[in-house]
Formats: sequence, C-alpha cells, structure tokens
Amino acid sequence: MPSPTQQSGEGLSRRHALCAAGAGALAMLMPRVVLADEAAVAEALKKLYGGKAMAEGRIKLDVPPIAENGLVVPIGVEVDSPMTEADHVKAVHVFADGNPLPGVVTYRFTPDCGKASATTRMRLAQSQNIVCVAEMSNGALFTAKAPVKVTIGGCGG
Amino acid sequence: MSVQSKPRVRVPATAKKDELIEIKTLISHEMESGQRKDSAGKPIPRKIINKFTAAFDGKVFFEADWHPAISVNPYQSFFYKAQKSGSFAFKWKDDDGTEYAAESKLAVS
Repeated sequence: MPSPTQQSGEGLSRRHALCAAGAGALAMLMPRVVLADEAAVAEALKKLYGGKAMAEGRIKLDVPPIAENGLVVPIGVEVDSPMTEADHVKAVHVFADGNPLPGVVTYRFTPDCGKASATTRMRLAQSQNIVCVAEMSNGALFTAKAPVKVTIGGCGG
Repeated sequence: MSVQSKPRVRVPATAKKDELIEIKTLISHEMESGQRKDSAGKPIPRKIINKFTAAFDGKVFFEADWHPAISVNPYQSFFYKAQKSGSFAFKWKDDDGTEYAAESKLAVS
C-alpha cells in the first residue's frame, strides 16, 4: 500500500485501498462460485439427458427480476404445448446455478393436466440464474434462463 | 419435530367438462435443507418433503420432486383438465417416510 504523503489524502487513500481490496476479493470469489455451480447444473443436465441439444423457447419462466427475500422467491413455469396424448410436456426441471445444491424442482406432467404450468416458492442463496429445461413427449428438449437479483443487506438483511 | 404438517388444498368443487381448473396446495413443514449448522457448529440433518403427487380417481396426473431449495411451508399450484366427476387424492412424502394426504371431490357437469 502506498504511504500517504499528505495529511488530507490519508483517509481517501485508505478508503481507496479498502475498496480495491474488497473489489479484488469479490472478483476473486464470485466467478469461482458461479462457475462451480454452472458446472453443477451442466453436470446434472448431462446426467439426465447426456448432452443432448436443447432449443430455446416455448418456456415461460416467471420469476421476479429482484427478490427482496431470498428465502421465499416465487417461481412459475409454463410450457407451450397442446397437452394431448401425442404431444405433451413430460417433465420440467428447474435449477438455480448459485445455490449450494443446484436442483430446485422436477415436475412430471401428463395430458390430464391440460396445461403444463406450475408455481412454487424457492430459496435462493444469492443473485443467480434460474435454468429451466422441458422434456417433450417426442424427446425434444427446450431450455430457458432468467436472472434473479437477491437483495442482501438493508433492514434486517 | 415441532411442527405438525397440515396440508391445505384449494380446488373447485364443480367444473364444466374440459374446463381447466387450477389447484393450489400448501403444507406446513420446516423443510430443513441439511445445509444449516446449529449453534454448536454441527450440521442439522436434512428433513424435507421430497415428493408431491396429485391423482384423480387413483391415476396420478401431476408429480413434483422437491429439492432442498424449496421454501418452508411448500406451496404448489398446477392445473387439471376436468373430464368426469370423481375425487382428487394429494400426497406429500417426507424424508422420514411419513406421508401426509388430502382429498377433494369434483363434480363435473
């Protein structure tokens, strides 16, 4: 740390140094944490579907962009499908890539549902991406991703 | 366990044929994730409801596998396409093997 030459500059330089150290620690920490769990999501998907190609679309992921309370975050999933015996949504998997464990929920739908839509509430440890994969009755896979910012700190945070 | 798990289900009692009805369920449960530690630093063992199923006249039409990321007092909503009169059976399966159940009748006109 550079030693301050002027009395008035001391506070500023110390603050700068602290900020820089904080940012550095964050920069070192954040990508590692996120990467590890993105890999965990990828691994979980590989175990389920063995690296099969996934298309974007058909999934409506309903999560708040900002969650004030990470303990109760509503998550709604709706997959566009006629839900007939010949063409329906079989399964939907939801993952959170920044949680200690990536799995959130797995739904299994049948044509009797009439609509492949379900809502629940989940816990999020930090700001992260929600990843959703839908498996159709013909084997096709669709995926969607949405970021959720979890507010930490503030009153009672 | 201190909390008695009590399921609550909101489902219409009547529906028209081919009508899409929304079913909302809630059950009181602590959903201990297994990630937390007690004041002595020992991990608190996991105890969650790991599976929810909804059946109509004995045929399961919706299932949810819940992971530890599901919130305390888990809520689940989903849909059913009314075909005929009958009864719903909802089941929640706890990690410790306990099953909680709820039933509801549906009249289709």
